[in-house]
Amino acid sequence: MNFLDLIWLIPIIPLIGAAAMLLFGRKLSKSAISIICPGAVGASFALSIGAVMQLASLPEKAHQVILYPWLPLLKADMGYLLDPLSSVMILVVTGIGFLIHVYATGYMAHEHGPRHGGFYRFFGYLNLFVFFMLTLVLANNYALLFVGWEGVGLCSYLLIGFYFHKKSAGDAGKKAFIVNRIGDAGFILGMFFLFQLTGSLKFTEVNEVLRSARFGPEAGVFGLLSLTALLLFIGATGKSAQIPLYTWLPDAMEGPTPVSALIHAATMVTAGVYMCARSNALFSLTPETSHIVAAVGAATAIFAASIGLVQNDIKRVLAYSTVSQLGFMFVAVGVGAYWVAVFHLYTHAFFKALLFLGSGSVIHAMSGEQDMRKMGGLKDKIPVTFRTMFIGSLAIAGIPGLAGFFSKDEILWQAYSNPVLGSKILWAVGLCTAAMTAFYMWRLMFMTFYGEGRMDEHTKHHIHESPKSMTVPLMVLAGGSVCAGWIGMPKVFGENGFMQALEHWLAPVFESGKEVAHAAAGHAAEAAHHDTTTEWVLMGLSIGAALAGILLARHVYLRLKESERPSGGVLYPVLYNKWYVDELYDFLFVNGLSLGGGGLMAKFDREVVDGGVNGTAWMTRLISRISMWYDTWIVDGAVNLGAFSVRAMSYPVRFFQTGFIQSYALVFLAGVLAIFGYYWWVH
Amino acid sequence: MPVNFMPTPQELFRFAPEMLLTLVATIIMVLEPLSGADGKRKFAVISFLSLAAAIALSVAAAGDPGAAFSSMIVVDGFSTFFRILVMVAGVLTILISTNYLRMEEHESGEYYALVLFSIVGQCIMVSANELIMLFIGLECSSIASYVLAGFLRDDKRNNESALKYFLLGSFATAFLLYGVAWIYGTTGYTNLSEIRRVLLDPNSNQNMVVISAATALMFVGFAFKVSAAPFQMWAPDVYQGAPAPVTAFMSVGPKAAAFAMFLRVLMTAFEPVKDRWEPLLWTSALATMVIGNFAALRQTNIKRLLAYSSIAHAGYIMVALTAHSDIGTAAAMFYLASYTFMNIGAFAVVTYIARKGERHVEIQDLAGLSQRRPVVAAMLTIFLLSLTGIPLTAGFFGKFYIFKAALDANMVWLAVLGMLNSAVAAYYYLRLIVVMYMQAPSDEMEELPAPSVGIQAAMFAAAAATVFLGVFPSVVLDYAGKSASFIR
Repeated sequence: MNFLDLIWLIPIIPLIGAAAMLLFGRKLSKSAISIICPGAVGASFALSIGAVMQLASLPEKAHQVILYPWLPLLKADMGYLLDPLSSVMILVVTGIGFLIHVYATGYMAHEHGPRHGGFYRFFGYLNLFVFFMLTLVLANNYALLFVGWEGVGLCSYLLIGFYFHKKSAGDAGKKAFIVNRIGDAGFILGMFFLFQLTGSLKFTEVNEVLRSARFGPEAGVFGLLSLTALLLFIGATGKSAQIPLYTWLPDAMEGPTPVSALIHAATMVTAGVYMCARSNALFSLTPETSHIVAAVGAATAIFAASIGLVQNDIKRVLAYSTVSQLGFMFVAVGVGAYWVAVFHLYTHAFFKALLFLGSGSVIHAMSGEQDMRKMGGLKDKIPVTFRTMFIGSLAIAGIPGLAGFFSKDEILWQAYSNPVLGSKILWAVGLCTAAMTAFYMWRLMFMTFYGEGRMDEHTKHHIHESPKSMTVPLMVLAGGSVCAGWIGMPKVFGENGFMQALEHWLAPVFESGKEVAHAAAGHAAEAAHHDTTTEWVLMGLSIGAALAGILLARHVYLRLKESERPSGGVLYPVLYNKWYVDELYDFLFVNGLSLGGGGLMAKFDREVVDGGVNGTAWMTRLISRISMWYDTWIVDGAVNLGAFSVRAMSYPVRFFQTGFIQSYALVFLAGVLAIFGYYWWVH
Repeated sequence: MPVNFMPTPQELFRFAPEMLLTLVATIIMVLEPLSGADGKRKFAVISFLSLAAAIALSVAAAGDPGAAFSSMIVVDGFSTFFRILVMVAGVLTILISTNYLRMEEHESGEYYALVLFSIVGQCIMVSANELIMLFIGLECSSIASYVLAGFLRDDKRNNESALKYFLLGSFATAFLLYGVAWIYGTTGYTNLSEIRRVLLDPNSNQNMVVISAATALMFVGFAFKVSAAPFQMWAPDVYQGAPAPVTAFMSVGPKAAAFAMFLRVLMTAFEPVKDRWEPLLWTSALATMVIGNFAALRQTNIKRLLAYSSIAHAGYIMVALTAHSDIGTAAAMFYLASYTFMNIGAFAVVTYIARKGERHVEIQDLAGLSQRRPVVAAMLTIFLLSLTGIPLTAGFFGKFYIFKAALDANMVWLAVLGMLNSAVAAYYYLRLIVVMYMQAPSDEMEELPAPSVGIQAAMFAAAAATVFLGVFPSVVLDYAGKSASFIR
């Protein structure tokens, strides 16, 4: 079977699942939904594996399927491109997506939600999200990518605001949507410029034009190419929660935990990284923008990690951690190590999905409590969750051998060693962040699982391990968090086809970028490469940083009593209040604009922004009203019509299907006469 | 006219599978009265082995394709495909029959001999290159099937089924034969290639009224055999009344063979006048799909439901015929292969749950099957999903290629109506799955003993083939594509 020509099915199957849920979900039992929706994603995963295996045997390592010309003016087809980069993405999206769907069947089992529609609505949105995400990563042009880009934003909005009766959830959904719209404006502009520059929006054609002699690297100047790349990067900062547009992501934790794991950790938020990697030919022509990307990435990494140090809500720690890890990926993009960015994206998907799902399991056990100050001592009560999260925390902290170590270390090494784009400062910031990461993750582990239980008696009584549907995905993800990094080991460990499999696999995609970067770098570059002693020393330092972070957390949260812990002085309230950025934004954009811009801005603010406050609730209510109407008039109507027409049809059937052979022969004869009559009429 | 009427060894070899099966079936008939009550089992083994040998011979014969017996039969990729298909259907039928016959206390050599004779007829149908030969094959296959339908002669339902099948079947073959006579009268030939040559010849001055009449008469015969509307009325009654393993066989073997001869006649001899056929095929395809699917919606008896379902599937294959192209032919071939496995698999499960006297063939008898016999329930689920046309099963690609062929032939409406029909079909197939998995078994239900080895083997083989064709359709499809263009 030729899976490569069927890649269009990969996004379509979850779409069918979503349509089935939103059209007939109300009529389906929970067990049916629990089979259909994860099954749809699982089927996409199976198709993806088949397609990727066949892709590996193609010499050109790329395959396009064009369904039909869609926007001929922009040279954008309804077309899909499977190449090494999108193959990694579809495997992550469908594979991890499948596990999270399975987990969600257990996690959402008690969900009734408004109008008893919570369960099917949730899975319908989740499948719809997978459809848009797969469209995003399989698109063969920027326009179709943007369709997916907007679509995942919409689904994220619907899912963050899933508990729309909670006001904070509605607000968070609104915030995510509006902040993302700001980023999208940058993306649209960037896309427009790119089309003006290259005359196409198709990835292959854009890359070809950018690689041609018409364009040289804009070293030392900030020209049109740099501006285009910067605009695209602004789009990425929105979706991937980078400074200054990161504020929506921590608030997005209002959504159900499987949503946080799937959308706000493993897949959607990495779309910005994917898009920049996809545009590598452009970014490698623009060292000035690349410097900005790396700087923003590094700043976000350390800034978010610092906030993560003191948060008490278990999901918020993980949310800031995600922002910080995304920062790492952008450092890699900024220093031109695109494959490393994808590598970290891929390992991060495993351990961060694991940690989020694990935290969901903890919350499940704690009867909904998210405050780590009220946890503790859960180690023996929920052993599977504990053990898997233990592995995940080791992986993210960067303990050698586990997935996070290889990808993070490669980013640090590239930041250190790239002669043009790298710098020692980037490396130092990264190292500090790594130490902080180890600290806040193990603070989370010690506060949650070790020491005395600090919950009330009622909660304590109810603590239980989660069902199999939740723990099995955790175990699979834990396996991934251990092994996923082995296909991207540093060359100093030895060189062979397996240990650098990912780099070789992705090489064709970043070939164009590499050539241009080499031109930009001149010839000074090569010497700095492969200074093995330095690499070993740096690796030792980052292992040291990780261990130091873990040991410090152990000392503070396991050895010291609560009263003996260092207070952190003035820094604590600053960090705890997230550097007051939300307040600053409120002041600047909400108060400032309404004061400065006068009536118009105030009106805008009141009608548009405040309107958005209730937007989630409104929209969900609207959808549920439409679906009520649809259920009453269309589904029930169709069922009734179906019953009616079946009854109506049964008269002729009963009339003729008498069982008497004479009447059969009569019908037979009537058929013969009808055919003869037809020919008689024709002639 | 050929000078030498004696067949050469080469020609005999091309006809070897049919000769082998005829010989074995005759020997079984002779041995039957000589064997005691306990010796009946060997006939199943003998016929099983002879079918395996005949399959091997067919494969060998395919290595040297060509005509035989003055061009009356032809061995090409197309006939080899269908020969093997009907023989495999025969093998699966024998596997599900033995235990059933023993349970009904009717195991005897005739049964196996009749199955083999029927298969011989079908093999002749699929390789006939000549209208009289084709008619002989059809009669050979049909008469054996009439007897099989009434095999449990003390059972009223069997008697009714056999009689209806026989009377209506004879009626239909009479029409077919009359059509053949008209064609011979106007063209002077019964050989398909010769008829084609005459119809293509601009100087032959054929009377189109006569051609149309012959077309109509032959269409009646073919449509009856494939149970296409408006000649499908017999199918529900006959399928419901016949013994379950016989229904399984009738719904695949004779049907696949009938479609094969329909395709060959349509794509070779009558290709020059295809515009005569097209409106008939179009209307019949649509009516067949609609009647099959909508009538299936309200059935409570599984055998009757599957009968209507098989009418609906005939409708889909008629869509492929209407496309009238090599792609359409390949799609029909692939569909028939998929349909053979999934349908015989479903009937294997029905045979199993029916128990003695076929007391349990209502949909409600499936309740809680997932708890009582989880493996059997899973197998039936695979077959039903495939019949529905869910991706990664054979049924999906079957429909996919048929509708693709229809679209390629610019029959957008027929394709759209066909897809809508297959959406309706999901209702009644999924209803069975719901009953199996979501209803508790009632207390009065008797214990279901483990399925016999034969039924297990047939179920697993059919399920494996269903999934294999769904995951690697190209294996069969490539072959079908290559053999779809007939030597004209």
